[in-house]
This record gives sequence, C-alpha cells and structure tokens, in this order.
Amino acid sequence: MLLNEMLLLGAVLFCIGVYGVLARRNGVLVLMSIELILNAVNINLIAFGAFHHTVIGQIFALFVITVAAAEVGIGLAIVLLLYRNRRSIDLEQVDLMKG
Amino acid sequence: MIAEHVAFGIIAAVMVASALRVVTARDIVHAALYLVIVLAGVAALFLLVGAEFTGITQVLIYIGAVIVLFLFGIMLTRSDFDQDGETDHKRKLPAILTALLLLAVMIGALVDRFGDDRLDPTPQTTAQVSDELFSQYIVPFEAVSVLLLAALIGAIVIARREQGG
Repeated sequence: MLLNEMLLLGAVLFCIGVYGVLARRNGVLVLMSIELILNAVNINLIAFGAFHHTVIGQIFALFVITVAAAEVGIGLAIVLLLYRNRRSIDLEQVDLMKG
Repeated sequence: MIAEHVAFGIIAAVMVASALRVVTARDIVHAALYLVIVLAGVAALFLLVGAEFTGITQVLIYIGAVIVLFLFGIMLTRSDFDQDGETDHKRKLPAILTALLLLAVMIGALVDRFGDDRLDPTPQTTAQVSDELFSQYIVPFEAVSVLLLAALIGAIVIARREQGG
C-alpha cells in the first residue's frame, strides 16, 4: 500500500469540506463540513504515524478528536443561540457587525 | 497485499461519494446520516493501517457522540429554510473553484514529494499508545481535559435560557 493513497484521500476529503464551508448557508452544515476537514487531517496524521512506525501520529489524532468534540459542543450552542434570537440559522443573515 | 488495496479502494470510494453527498444534500438530516458513513470509513481506515485505539475512539466519539449532538442541533433549529436548496448559487462557483485549486496544489505537492513511498503498517497496540500518552504527553493530556471542562461550561452558559426570558 502506498503512503500517497492515504494522503490523497485526505486531500480530497479536505477539499470537499472546504467547499461545504464556503458554499452552504446552513450553520449546522458548515459545522459538519468542518468535521470533514478535521477527519482529513486525522487521516494524514495516522498515515504518517504508520509510515514512520511511531504511535505519535495516533496521539496527535486523539488530541484532534478531543478538540473537535469541544468545538462541536460550542459551535452547536452558538447556532442554537442564533436560532433563538433570529428564528433562522441562515449564515447570510448574520450581518449585525456589517459596516 | 492485493486484499489491502481492494479494501482501501472500496472504503475510499464510499467515503468520497458520501462526503460529496454531505455537502450537496438538500435535507440536512440526510447530510448527517451521510456523515456517519464518512466517519465510519475513517475508522475503518485507521484499523486498516493498524491504529486500533484511534479507530475505536473514532467510532465511540464521532459516531456515538458528535453525530447525536448534530442530530439534536438539527432538531432544535429546524426551519423552512432547510427545504429549498439553500446552497447560495452566487457563491457556488467561487467555492468549487477554490476547492479544485486547493486540491490541484495539494495533489501536485503530494505526488512530487511522496511519489512512491510504501506504507507497510505494523499494528500499534493500545499499550504503546498509553505508554507514550502518559509519559511524554501527560501535560497536553491534562491541558486537553481542562479544555473539555471549559467547553462544557461554555456551551451551557451560551445555550442557557436567561432567567424569566
């Protein structure tokens, strides 16, 4: 198995996630796209860990998973607050700070 | 090693197709369910290259906890806006161009640098992971536990209804 197979799969998933963040207007879906990006990073970390025969790749991936869980909790709380205040989670309507 | 290649090919194809459906699905509940397939594929890949502990953690935390959080978030914020195609058409083309450009740059760099480096995975046991985590990485480990506590309190404070409001 080639190292590049894993890395290229990670790159493809990363770019799909970037498209989701840029093109979608639903707050929850943007958070899901961020999860795609973080998983692409984890694939790369694990692939390099296996390539160098070290467990440090796994440890970094575990930290990324933990931080991602915290990020989802806070992100969904913010989306919930947004919905409560504006009756919508359309990110286009979040322009209170627009000059 | 043919079996490994076939397994990887199937998992990768399913993951890419599901990931595309996540970002293009009309119904956001479908997007969450397609995200489950992608996350399960990631866990399968981890097991394929011998990262057993991270693979199990991926299933427990992502598929077990994060997806449930997403489904709660979807149910608590459901609005009519989900029904019509909410992809912003005037932003769709620039987004596709950005993603494709980024992909081209990354593919070029990866193929140039790691052209035919072979990956021959050896199983990395949970014991090795814990030895490393609780010796060299004990301080980041404790820091991340404080981070989780802070995130927990922060989420409660943000999402809590004001008294009498």
